[in-house]
Amino acid sequence: MGAYIVKRLISAIPVLFGITVIVFLIMAMIPGDPATAILGSYATPENVEKLNRDLGLDKPMVQRYFIWLGNMLTGDFGRSFSLNRPVLDEILERFSATLILAGVSFVLCSLLGILAGVVSAARQYGFADKAITFTVLIGISVPSFFLGMMMILLFAVKLRWLPVSGMYAIYGGGDLPDLIYHLIMPALALAAVATGVVARLSRSAMLEVLRQDYIRTARAKGVPEGRVIYGHALRAAMVSIIPVLGIQAGFVLSGAVYIEMVFQWPGIGRMLVDAILKRDILLVQGGVVFVAGCYVLFNIAVDVAQGLLDPRIKT
Amino acid sequence: MTAFLKLLFRNRLAAMGAVVIASILVLAILTPLLPLPEPNVTNTADRFQRPFTEGHLLGTDHLGRDLLSRLLWGTRLSLAVGIAAAFVAATIGSAIGIIAGYYGGRTDNLIMRGVDMLMAFPYILLALAIVAALGPGLLNALIAVAAVNIPFFARNIRGITVSLAGREFVDAARLAGKGHASIILTEVLPNVLPVIVIAMSTTVGWMILETAGLSFLGLGSQPPQADLGSMLGEARAALITAPHTSVVPGIMIFLIVMSVNLLGDGVRDALDPRLKSGALSRPRAITQVDRTSPAPATPQKGVLDLQELETQFHVGPRVYRAVGGVSLHVEPGECLGVIGESGSGKSVTALSVMGLVASPPGVITGGAVKFGGEDLLGASYESLRRKRGDKVAYIFQDPLATLHPLYKVGDQMIEAIQSHHKVSKSKARARALELFEAVRIPNPTSRLDNYPHEMSGGMRQRVGIAMAMVNDPEVIIADEPTTALDVTVQAQILALLDDLRRERGLAIVFITHDFGVVAQLCDRIAVMYAGRIVEEGPTAAVLDAPAHPYTARLIACVPELGGGRRRLEAIPGLPPVVDNLPEGCAFAPRCAKATPDCQRGEIALEGAGARAVRCIHPEEAVA
Repeated sequence: MGAYIVKRLISAIPVLFGITVIVFLIMAMIPGDPATAILGSYATPENVEKLNRDLGLDKPMVQRYFIWLGNMLTGDFGRSFSLNRPVLDEILERFSATLILAGVSFVLCSLLGILAGVVSAARQYGFADKAITFTVLIGISVPSFFLGMMMILLFAVKLRWLPVSGMYAIYGGGDLPDLIYHLIMPALALAAVATGVVARLSRSAMLEVLRQDYIRTARAKGVPEGRVIYGHALRAAMVSIIPVLGIQAGFVLSGAVYIEMVFQWPGIGRMLVDAILKRDILLVQGGVVFVAGCYVLFNIAVDVAQGLLDPRIKT
Repeated sequence: MTAFLKLLFRNRLAAMGAVVIASILVLAILTPLLPLPEPNVTNTADRFQRPFTEGHLLGTDHLGRDLLSRLLWGTRLSLAVGIAAAFVAATIGSAIGIIAGYYGGRTDNLIMRGVDMLMAFPYILLALAIVAALGPGLLNALIAVAAVNIPFFARNIRGITVSLAGREFVDAARLAGKGHASIILTEVLPNVLPVIVIAMSTTVGWMILETAGLSFLGLGSQPPQADLGSMLGEARAALITAPHTSVVPGIMIFLIVMSVNLLGDGVRDALDPRLKSGALSRPRAITQVDRTSPAPATPQKGVLDLQELETQFHVGPRVYRAVGGVSLHVEPGECLGVIGESGSGKSVTALSVMGLVASPPGVITGGAVKFGGEDLLGASYESLRRKRGDKVAYIFQDPLATLHPLYKVGDQMIEAIQSHHKVSKSKARARALELFEAVRIPNPTSRLDNYPHEMSGGMRQRVGIAMAMVNDPEVIIADEPTTALDVTVQAQILALLDDLRRERGLAIVFITHDFGVVAQLCDRIAVMYAGRIVEEGPTAAVLDAPAHPYTARLIACVPELGGGRRRLEAIPGLPPVVDNLPEGCAFAPRCAKATPDCQRGEIALEGAGARAVRCIHPEEAVA
C-alpha cells in the first residue's frame, strides 16, 4: 500500500506541473500591461517600468514562468498589492476557513447522500423512495446561492434561530460552539446539491448491486436482510460511489465560492472574487494554483481509499 | 424516433419539464413584443414596491425598476448566454474530441493529457482564472463557462470517435482516396452528432446555472444590463427588507434548472433500455408468493417435497410460466438429478424452494414446498431466513459471480456460520478451516485469507461447496455446480459431493443439463421441459430405456466415448417461450411422433412405481 501511495504521489507531479502551466497561460492572456493595471492609468512611465522590472515582467515568458514556479516552490507566492501582505499568508488564512466550510459540507453530503440513496434503493417504489427522490430533485435544482439566501430569510430573519452571516460572533465568541453555530446554515446550503447527486448515484449503484448473484448467495446463506443491504450491497456499491465523492468534492469546493459570498464567510472563494474585482492578479494566480493543487492531492486520497476498499485493484 | 418521444412523454415528470421549459422559452422569445415597461428605467420614488401593486405585477427593485420586465429580459439574457455557451463548448470540445479520436496515437495522447489537466481543476477555479484574466463582463463569463465545459465534450466525443475510426465504412472511405477532412465531415461527424446533441441537452441547464452564478458574484453581466444571476446578486443587499426582489429571479432560475433536469432525466431513461425491461428493479429479500389456489394438503414425502409448484415472471403485461406445476421430493441420503435444457425452468424450480427467485418480476403462484412438516411458501421471512443455509443450502454455478468480490472467502464462510449460530469468530474460523480440508482445498489456512479473484475456478467452486456444507444442512440444492469447470476438476468435485452425501446422509437436488454427471452421481432423475416434468425414474432405468421422446432425443445428443461411429442427433427447433405455451404437450412441435391428440388437452404424468412419463406415445411402456 505504501508503494502504491508513493506511486500515485509521483504520478501527481506532472498534473501539478500542468496546472501551473495552465494558470500561467491564462494569466498571460491579460490584455495590456499588468503593471499599468496595478498602478492605474495615472501612473508615470518610470513607475510602470520599475514595477515591471520588480515583478520580472520585462523578461521573456518562459523565463518568467520558471521564476514564478521556482518562487512558489520555495513558498514565495509574491505579495498582494491590494492587501499589502504576502499572498501565501493570506491564502493559508482564507483556505483554512474554506476548508472548515467545505470539509463539513463534504462529510455531510457524503453521509446524508449515501444514507438517502441506500434507503431509497432498499425501499424502491415505496413511500420513503418517492419522498427521497422528490426531495433530491428539488435539492439538485435549487442554485446553492439562492438556497442560502432563502435559508437566511427563514432561519435567521424569521425564526431567529441562527446568525445571518459570518464565521464568528463579532463581540465575544470565537470558540468552537460559536463556530458551529455560524457553520450550520452555510454548510447545509453548500451540501444540498452534492447530497442530491450522491443520493441519486448511490441509489442506482445499490440497485445495480442488489441484482448481483453474490447478493442472492448472501440471502441463500441466511444472512439477515439488514446485513445484506448495509453490509454486502453497500460495500460493493461503495466501489462506484467513492469516485463520485471525489468529483463531488470539486463541486463542493466550487459551490463554496457562492456560499462564502452569501454568508460573508471569510474563505478563499470570497478572496478570489474580491481579488478579481480589484485586479490583484498575483493573489488570483496563487489562490487558484494552491486550491487546485490541494484538490489534486485530495483526489489521490480518494484513489487510495478506493484501493483499500477494493482488493481487485492492483496496488 | 417516434417511439423515443412516446417513451419520453409517458414519463409524466419529463413531460412536465418539457412543458415548463417550452413555456419559458416562448416567453423569452416573445419578451420584446410584450407590453412591458422599459427594464432599465429607474424611478427611485417607486423603489421596493411589493408584488401585485398597481402597474407592477411583481413589484419593483431597489432602483424602482419594474421586476416583471427585468425578470423576462433577464431570463432571455440568461437563456441566450447559457445556450450560446453550450454551443461554443460543444463545438470546440467535439472538434477536439473528434481530432483526438480520429488521429489517435501521439496526437490523441497529447490532447487528452491536456484535457485531463483541465479536468484536474474544480470547475469554478478555471472559470475564475479566465474571468480574472479577461476582466468581468457577460461575454467573458460566457467564454469562461464554455471553456470549463470543453473537456467534458472532448472526452465523450473522443470515446465515440475512437470506436468509429476503426469501423469498416471509415476504412472504405480512406481506401476510396478521401482526405482526412472529408472523412471527418462526411463519415465521422454525422455519426457523433446525436451524441453531441444529447450531451448538450444534458449540460445546457448546468451552463445556464454557471453563468448565472458568475453574474451573481458580480463577474458576469454588468449594470444596468441584468441577467437572472446579477438580479439576484443585486437583490442580496436588500434581502431582509425586500425579499421579493431576491425570490423572483431565484424562483425563475430554479424553474429553468428543474425543468431541464426533469427533461434530461426523461431523455436518459428513455434511452436506457434496461429500464424498459424492469431489470433495474431491486429483488426483494424473499420471492413474492401469491397463490391463486389453496396449497395442496398432501402429506410430505421425503425430507423436501415440492408439490405442484408454479412460479411465474410478470414482466409488463406478459406472464412467463417458468415453472408450471412441478412435484419433486428427495429422501435423506438420496441424490435427485433434475435435468433439462437451459430455460426449462430447472433453476427457477430450485430457487423457488427458499424464496430466492428475484422478485419482481418473479411470483410463486401455486403449490407448496414442504420441509419439516411446514409449508415454506407460507412461512414468514424470519422463519425462512433461519432455514436458508442452515437446513437447506445452495451451491451455485459460477462462483466468481456468486461469491462477494470484496470479502475474503474465510470471512464469507464465518458469516455463513454466524448467521445461524452464536459462536466466536475463532471457533467459526476453525470450523471453516475444517470444511476447507473436507473439500480438499490445499493450504486451507492461507486460502481462508484469499479473495475470490485470487483463486482458480475449481478452488472457488470448492469454497462454494464448503460454504453450503458449513452448517451441516439436511438438503443441498446444487445448481449446475460443475458447468464452468474442466472435466478433471468436475470429476473431483462430483466425487467429493458423493462422499459427503454418503458420510453425512445429506439429500442432494442436483440440477444439470449433463447426462454424464447425472449417471455418475444421481439415484433418481427428473427430466424437465418448458417448466414441467416430462419423465422421472431411477437413473439407470431412465438412461437405459427412456420413455419420453424428449428424453430419448436428449440422450441421443450425448456423444459416447468408444461408442463407435454414430450420427449425433440434434433436436430440431427451439424450446418454446414460456409466455404462450400451447395446450397439451409442449414438445409436440419438435417431436417426430406427435399426433394431433398430443396438443389436445392436458396430458398427465403417469406411471407405475418409481417411473412416470408425461406422454401419450411413450417410447417404452412404463407400467
